[in-house]
Amino acid sequence: MLKINHLCTSFFTYRGIVKAVDGISLELKEGEVLGLVGESGCGKSVTLLSILGLVPYPGKTTDGEVWFKGENLLEKSSNEMRHYRGNRISMIFQDPMTTLNPVFHVGEQIRESLKVHKHGRISKRKEKEKVFQLIKDVGLPSPEQIYYQYPYQLSGGMQQRILIAIALSCKPNLILADEPTTALDVTIQAQILDLLRKINKDIGTGIILVTHDLGVVAEFCQKVAVMYAGKIVETGLVDQIVYEPRHPYTEGLLKSIPKIGNKKNKIHSIPGDVPDLATLPKGCAFYPRCSQHMPECQKNEIPLQKIEKGRQVRCLLFKKL
Amino acid sequence: MFEPDIAKKDSSQNIKYSKSKIWWGKVNHFIKELIRCRTAFLGAIIVLFFILVAILAPFIAPHDPLKASIINRLRPPYWMDRGSIDYLLGADEIGRDILSRIIYGTRISIMVGLITVGISGFIGTLLGSFAGYYRGRFDAILSRFADFLLSFPYLIFAIFLMSIVGPGFFNLIVVLCFKSWVNFFRLSRGEMISEKTKEYVEAAQVLGESDIKIIFKEILPNIIHSIIVLATLRVGYFIILEASLSFLGLGIQPPTPAWGSMINAGRDYMLSSWWVSTIPGIALLILVLSINLFGEGLRDILDPRLKLE
Repeated sequence: MLKINHLCTSFFTYRGIVKAVDGISLELKEGEVLGLVGESGCGKSVTLLSILGLVPYPGKTTDGEVWFKGENLLEKSSNEMRHYRGNRISMIFQDPMTTLNPVFHVGEQIRESLKVHKHGRISKRKEKEKVFQLIKDVGLPSPEQIYYQYPYQLSGGMQQRILIAIALSCKPNLILADEPTTALDVTIQAQILDLLRKINKDIGTGIILVTHDLGVVAEFCQKVAVMYAGKIVETGLVDQIVYEPRHPYTEGLLKSIPKIGNKKNKIHSIPGDVPDLATLPKGCAFYPRCSQHMPECQKNEIPLQKIEKGRQVRCLLFKKL
Repeated sequence: MFEPDIAKKDSSQNIKYSKSKIWWGKVNHFIKELIRCRTAFLGAIIVLFFILVAILAPFIAPHDPLKASIINRLRPPYWMDRGSIDYLLGADEIGRDILSRIIYGTRISIMVGLITVGISGFIGTLLGSFAGYYRGRFDAILSRFADFLLSFPYLIFAIFLMSIVGPGFFNLIVVLCFKSWVNFFRLSRGEMISEKTKEYVEAAQVLGESDIKIIFKEILPNIIHSIIVLATLRVGYFIILEASLSFLGLGIQPPTPAWGSMINAGRDYMLSSWWVSTIPGIALLILVLSINLFGEGLRDILDPRLKLE
């Protein structure tokens, strides 16, 4: 359904060109859930915005293709793109509090999203009934009451459900979820993930889930892509990545998850900092922080290579195995 | 379906909501807040009173504001020697009733204030919203032009323009609007820039809404309260400016009763017959003060962030 080929998005800043997304290729089949994992600032969110053609100034998508249902989205005009946004591809944001417009009733905001992409005339009453149904679908009680609430009157979990209702309103084929559970506490997080899973199963909506929580990924996704400094360093099925990570970065990420009952040892952390995207070193971007680096790592650009079925790694180590 | 996470509220409280009820609730809330803020309430009442006077002028004015009578020349107000109940606030240098002239002058003052604010507020907000949303060259040019206009003192600028286009009601409005849109432009532009970075705007873009819709239906409702407050305060300012121009003979021309020209007419009799210019001055003071009090109160109600402890 969605196939991204060598997508490049750069920000043209005064300090130089920052390649936030550097040659990413992804594939998502109908009804699949893909996890996009990585540290803050590695280009996960920019990838999502590039798919929608909404990269903020001074950024620009410079290269690549985004095939969605057989059409290249990057070649669409902005008017044609508006037809895709919210209608065929919709997005859920990290912080529901700020994503809802503070001065309108939440019901009106859901209705607004129906109105944007409606075909022909639908009566207001029918629209409202549809909104009530959507509010029910995302698991909120008494929709007549919720309809006339302002965002600040709802809890974080309820707000996120409203956002999901907005995203679902036009029955999209693809939902881009940008850290949908980061701003919520753990129990609500589980409920929201359940809701997303149910939507995925019932309607068959594909989901790209951006997160830095590998626990969520293991729980929820079928495929994973790990990003580092604008590049994919490892992709594969969830079990492959979680149980036998190949790239030292993935390994580091997995080790950094705190384990219950582990009182003695400190939580593992990857030494060093996220590299400055404007001045990346030659060769492997992870080289300065890697525990197993070799002299060859710095010489050339390291290619993403297939090592098993459906599995790719951008590292020289796997050759040794 | 899974369990909702917020089934806290008991169902007995399940009131049917309707839109009109909510609107009425808002109005009710606004009036309550206004009464609580006493000075603003007083201001609102006085402004309302002046507006009523302006509308009902022909019915409540005791005399024709243009009719001169030599016998009543410089007749003092009722409570002084030689005062008469017929000329409650006295008469001016050619015997016209001051009370009637003030009543008719209210029309000019309020009309100039409201029309100017209406036109300049509309233009300024429109341009400011676009400039703030799109930025770029359009914004740069308009902002520099706005800075250019702001660098002139308002009154001197108005005197300059009025002396070019000549006096008159229509010209007066045009001249006042020529500069006053800048305040609305700068306010709405600044608010638009800060609002635009918020996530709900991005969410609206992701939904596929058009730019026009995002500007006017998503962002503008979030910033309209500060524009309303500015508009209210500007009404008072324009009333003073109109009076100043009329005082200088550049605004509304005699014999049309306008407060500014009435103050000017009484200038020569200041020592002998003080009421001719003082009474219109007091009317001006009361109206503008009330508008400002109301505006300040409105700001407190509409934008609780600015409320001082």
